[in-house]
Amino acid sequence: MSTQASTAQPSYLVDTGTRKGLMAWLTTTDHKRIGLLYLYAMLTFFFVAVGIGFVMRLVQLTTFQHLITARTYNALFTVHGVIMIFLFVVPGIPAVFGNFFLPILIGAKDVSFPRLNLLSWYVFMAGAIFAVLSLFTGGGAPDTGWTFYAPFSLKTGTNVSLAVFAAFVLGFSSMLTGINFITTIHRLRAPGMKWFRMPLMCWALYSTAWIQLLATPIVAITLVLVILERFFGIGIFDPAKGGDPLLYQHLFWIYSHPAVYIMILPAMGVITEIIPTFAKRPIFGYKAIAFSSMSIAGVGSLVWAHHMFTSGLSSLSVMLFSLLTMIVAVPSAIKVFNWVSTLYKGSIDFQPPLLFALTFIFLFCIGGLTGVMQGALAINVHIHDTYFIVGHFHYVMFGGTGMALFAGLLYWFPKMWGRMYSRKAIYASWFPMFIGFNMLYFGMMILGMMGMPRRYYVHLPQFHFMHVVATVGSWFLVLGLLMFFGTLIYAMFKGEKAEDNPWGGVTLEWTIPSPPPQENFEEIPTITQGPYHFVQQEGKS
Amino acid sequence: MSGHLHRDDFGSRLGMWLFLVTEMVLFGGLFIAYSYMRYRYPGEFHHGGSELNVTLGVINTVVLLTSSLTVVLAIVAVQRAEKRRAMTFLGTTLVLGLTFLVIKSFEWGAKFHHGLYPNSPHLATLPPGEQVFFGLYFTMTGLHGLHVVAGLSVLGVMLWWVATDRIRQDRYIHLENGGLYWHLVDVIWIFLLPLFYLAA
Repeated sequence: MSTQASTAQPSYLVDTGTRKGLMAWLTTTDHKRIGLLYLYAMLTFFFVAVGIGFVMRLVQLTTFQHLITARTYNALFTVHGVIMIFLFVVPGIPAVFGNFFLPILIGAKDVSFPRLNLLSWYVFMAGAIFAVLSLFTGGGAPDTGWTFYAPFSLKTGTNVSLAVFAAFVLGFSSMLTGINFITTIHRLRAPGMKWFRMPLMCWALYSTAWIQLLATPIVAITLVLVILERFFGIGIFDPAKGGDPLLYQHLFWIYSHPAVYIMILPAMGVITEIIPTFAKRPIFGYKAIAFSSMSIAGVGSLVWAHHMFTSGLSSLSVMLFSLLTMIVAVPSAIKVFNWVSTLYKGSIDFQPPLLFALTFIFLFCIGGLTGVMQGALAINVHIHDTYFIVGHFHYVMFGGTGMALFAGLLYWFPKMWGRMYSRKAIYASWFPMFIGFNMLYFGMMILGMMGMPRRYYVHLPQFHFMHVVATVGSWFLVLGLLMFFGTLIYAMFKGEKAEDNPWGGVTLEWTIPSPPPQENFEEIPTITQGPYHFVQQEGKS
Repeated sequence: MSGHLHRDDFGSRLGMWLFLVTEMVLFGGLFIAYSYMRYRYPGEFHHGGSELNVTLGVINTVVLLTSSLTVVLAIVAVQRAEKRRAMTFLGTTLVLGLTFLVIKSFEWGAKFHHGLYPNSPHLATLPPGEQVFFGLYFTMTGLHGLHVVAGLSVLGVMLWWVATDRIRQDRYIHLENGGLYWHLVDVIWIFLLPLFYLAA
């Protein structure tokens, strides 16, 4: 292991400015602190939405509904979706690990626009506050589902306008972050850090940033149109005035499908960092992974109408979108094969981050393959709007992005806080999480195949058994989550001091002290070779 | 925490261009809606277009194009360290931008006077395609108007910064970026003019 790197600078966790404590954090332009601000805010929202999901499962435990009314149930699944999508999964990894590690990985002191970065966080928080306010003000919590489909979203008396405005504001934050990352990668790479010497996390963030930039404005304008429609009745989505609700669906999914790749690409980036470190081998197929990120970003922008196969599109466009949907699975599969090939004949050092990375690969494969199934038209018509869809996207969003976020937290925890967590406690939390996850979401997929429609408040008796299985699974899952975050929060304060490079990683973040000094590097490093050169490192030590 | 001070004009310009891309895509969503609706209701769009005042539309185009010219002249003046001249040109831009808004408000006022506004009783009697036409007209020119207001605010700050020497011969990237934004406002209008006013 490397020796403690000496540095004159204090750690980024120490206040050195005129402001102290909370004020120092709220006015910081340090990308590392902003990353943590995002993390704390997002985990809070995450647990609120987990709680809502937990309650929804309890409702399905009985065939007689005692807990809450049908109206409240509609509000619950809407709010669960809005919070999870817009406040947790979409900003998730780029806002936390992108902010914290992108500048370090390319050998920079900060992002290109540090003040804009802080502004993005405030815009994010403003959007989050609007989202929360929309639950308690106006006509009550929105009951449209997170997709806000017209014409119902135009007519419902609930507080859709504010919720939609919140999503608009959050989109703005996402775009500003995208602008910042693209500029940072173009301008601030350390000397010698050529494009193909960047760690692959940077490629993932780069392609994500382009989707954020090119897709988000479309949903922004669509949501503005919903608001205008509700206040002024402009009629673009209103069939009574010559408008077309299907146009809403198109515009919505032109963003919201690429948004799926905003969620998953950075997750793949995290996994790509973790696998070589614990296999002690250079990544297999560096360029293939880099280009597959870019091609997912490209092709992924052309598949949106697969959310609309049953809406009455022409059969030609349905077939084209079906084909494109199948094609987008290819670059994802390339990554999976590359990860597995990296592990092959590696000298594997089995640690908690690797466990969660492998969990990611397993769950993402199930999520991804069921996605390909839905790209096939006949199957799609059968399972459209059933629990199968709900199970599928939880495998991708939670099993994919969520697990990658957990893996990333475990991987970079010692670097971010300079402390180490109890590995045994993390392993212990993995079991209930993994078992509960599969009971819950695989159960949902079986329910969907049986014909259980999504978003229903009650269910028929023949679905009851699987609903019980899923609900019990949700208890295990929540238990696992509590153990996981309990362990990490404890370690944040009481954990042992971590080494600078506890995993034997070779990318730049492991060459600096834990926690990193304020300006990351004493001296901007000069890069002479690609990332993941384990052989040379062993030769040196 | 002031250790991050470093200057990268190229980076700033790149960031601005990326922001302009997002603005273009934002309007792009509306252009998609427009093309689909026009494909669906060609006759109604033709008729709707004939209700708009082409003369005022063209005058506004000239006003806006001229204001873009004066922004460029202001940048050139700053590069030559001619502060007073730069301020004059920027001031002219602001006046022209305001003129645009005034003419626009007369146009909107006339439409309201004729009962042509979203959700109006008169509009409800027209065929659906024309209702959509006016829905799009007010949305797109309205959003463009908001961008004019935003652009004017930015250029107002630029004028203040030129006056207080925050923008000067060796440091004028902010003015350049403000100018870029103003040109975008201009370019979008150049598309709106034929799509609405010249649709007839």
